[in-house]
Amino acid sequence: MIEIISEIFSSPILVRAMIVGILVSLCAALLGVSLVLKRFSMIGDGLSHVGFGALAIAAVMNLAPMAVAIPVVIIAAFLLLRLSSNGKIKGDAAIAMISTGALGVGVMAVSMSKGMNIDLNSYLFGSIMSVSSEDVVISVILSVIVLFIFVFFYTKIFAITFDENFAKATGTAADIYNMLIALLTAMTIVIGMRLMGSMLISSLIIFPALCSMRVFKNFKSVTICSGIISVITFLAGMIISYAAETPCGASIVCVNALSFIVFYIIGKIKKTT
Amino acid sequence: MILEVFVTALISIDNLTLSYENMTVIENLSFEVFDGDYLCVVGENGSGKSTLVKALLSLKKPDKGSIEFGDGLKKNEIGYLPQQNVAQKDFPASVYEVVISGCLNSRGIRPFYSSKDKKRALDNMELLNITDLKSRSYRDLSGGQQQRVLLSRALCATKKLILLDEPVAGLDPIVTAELYDLIKKINKSGVTVIMVTHDFPAALKYSKHILCMTEEDWFFGSREEFLKSKFVNFMRGGEELD
Ligand SMILES: Nc1ncnc2c1ncn2[C@@H]1O[C@H](COP(=O)(O)OP(=O)(O)O)[C@@H](O)[C@H]1O
Ligand SMILES: [Mg+2]
Repeated sequence: MIEIISEIFSSPILVRAMIVGILVSLCAALLGVSLVLKRFSMIGDGLSHVGFGALAIAAVMNLAPMAVAIPVVIIAAFLLLRLSSNGKIKGDAAIAMISTGALGVGVMAVSMSKGMNIDLNSYLFGSIMSVSSEDVVISVILSVIVLFIFVFFYTKIFAITFDENFAKATGTAADIYNMLIALLTAMTIVIGMRLMGSMLISSLIIFPALCSMRVFKNFKSVTICSGIISVITFLAGMIISYAAETPCGASIVCVNALSFIVFYIIGKIKKTT
Repeated sequence: MILEVFVTALISIDNLTLSYENMTVIENLSFEVFDGDYLCVVGENGSGKSTLVKALLSLKKPDKGSIEFGDGLKKNEIGYLPQQNVAQKDFPASVYEVVISGCLNSRGIRPFYSSKDKKRALDNMELLNITDLKSRSYRDLSGGQQQRVLLSRALCATKKLILLDEPVAGLDPIVTAELYDLIKKINKSGVTVIMVTHDFPAALKYSKHILCMTEEDWFFGSREEFLKSKFVNFMRGGEELD
């Protein structure tokens, strides 16, 4: 065990992946509590597919991946937010339409550019190799911004998550904070997508929040616990992925699914005692 | 100075029409709420009382007409008790977290809560006798307890005006009496009260003005004017049916 860990830390690729992964896990888990409770978790899923499309097109056109993906995903986030809060259009169907559409465009773009060296598999399911040192710098900056904004606006995020109408009625600019949450989610997804893969990144948003909601009954504990669960499951997933030579994104999702079962059982036991 | 007391309406509602899709709920409603007023809104179920409250809080756009706030009133000086409990069943939030979120509107952009906010939240919990529920989970409480939590939150948000949509629903008679006393005290301290209620005797006992809404018509006037109008019979009749 200790051997494996020291091996991981001696490889610059793995260290880079660790840094990005820990920060992304933390951001995703904190935002996830609000997204899950607001029934917005599908937005996270939709955004990751849009992110895939953007990355694929950026690669084909030989543009910087982050520079394309960040604005595209942010715009998509605002669009999806509007679709899901607008009662007239079926929000879930609209999200499904946008995410499958983006996926299709992305796969088309990648397969049409046969000459180029694009690994579709790593785009979809993530790869630690794809984290460059520039990515690390951008990721660290972005995730520190996300974390800072989350903590700074924590009280507002609670209020609009718990009762958006009350917050609006009493003078809190709920729409702006909703957009802020969408913006932070978009940033988190773009940062984490390379490592986790666009198919799997939204699990980082959903699982930790659902786990901690089994056991804790107030917002603060749920939020803190989500963050902790997320970082621990990430590290465990990384170690397993290294030791068993499995893809890291999938390993992390499996650890998360396992921890959900554990938390589910703990929640049941807690209820009966 | 004396003039000002007469002129400033805190809220002026002029020719207001509200509707859902194509169903008009309220048509051409006009009235004024004065600073320090205690207005009771009574009327049949479905006559649009809650819809009116939402419009006053700008949660619902008027189809026609206007709602204007006088100089004295800003949005973040309003407290609100919704009729329906909007939070989801499984929401993890402690009673304290819910109550103190009422203090948010005085924070502006500043993060966290000050010790003054914390004291305000605790004081308002004390007022509604829920101090011992402080760290309980909101979702595990009974309907009456949840109602008191939301009332404490509304009090935290209140600076100049409080809107209460059926505040005594789900409360037992003792708590109801205490609550009316409390609202009266708040009103005496200078806060304007707008209360939707089905409790007709209480409306007559406490209000200064009454807005009575029926499907077709509405009445607005002082309590004395209301007692002389035909609407008072209607309400008495309606009361018996309940
Ligand atoms: N969100 C909504 N969408 C469509 N119709 C609504 C909605 N809310 C209320 N209504 C309708 O508007 C009318 C007035 O409702 P409401 O204001 O809640 O009445 P009250 O509070 O006086 O009982 C009712 O007929 C109700 O069915
Ligand atoms: Mg109502």
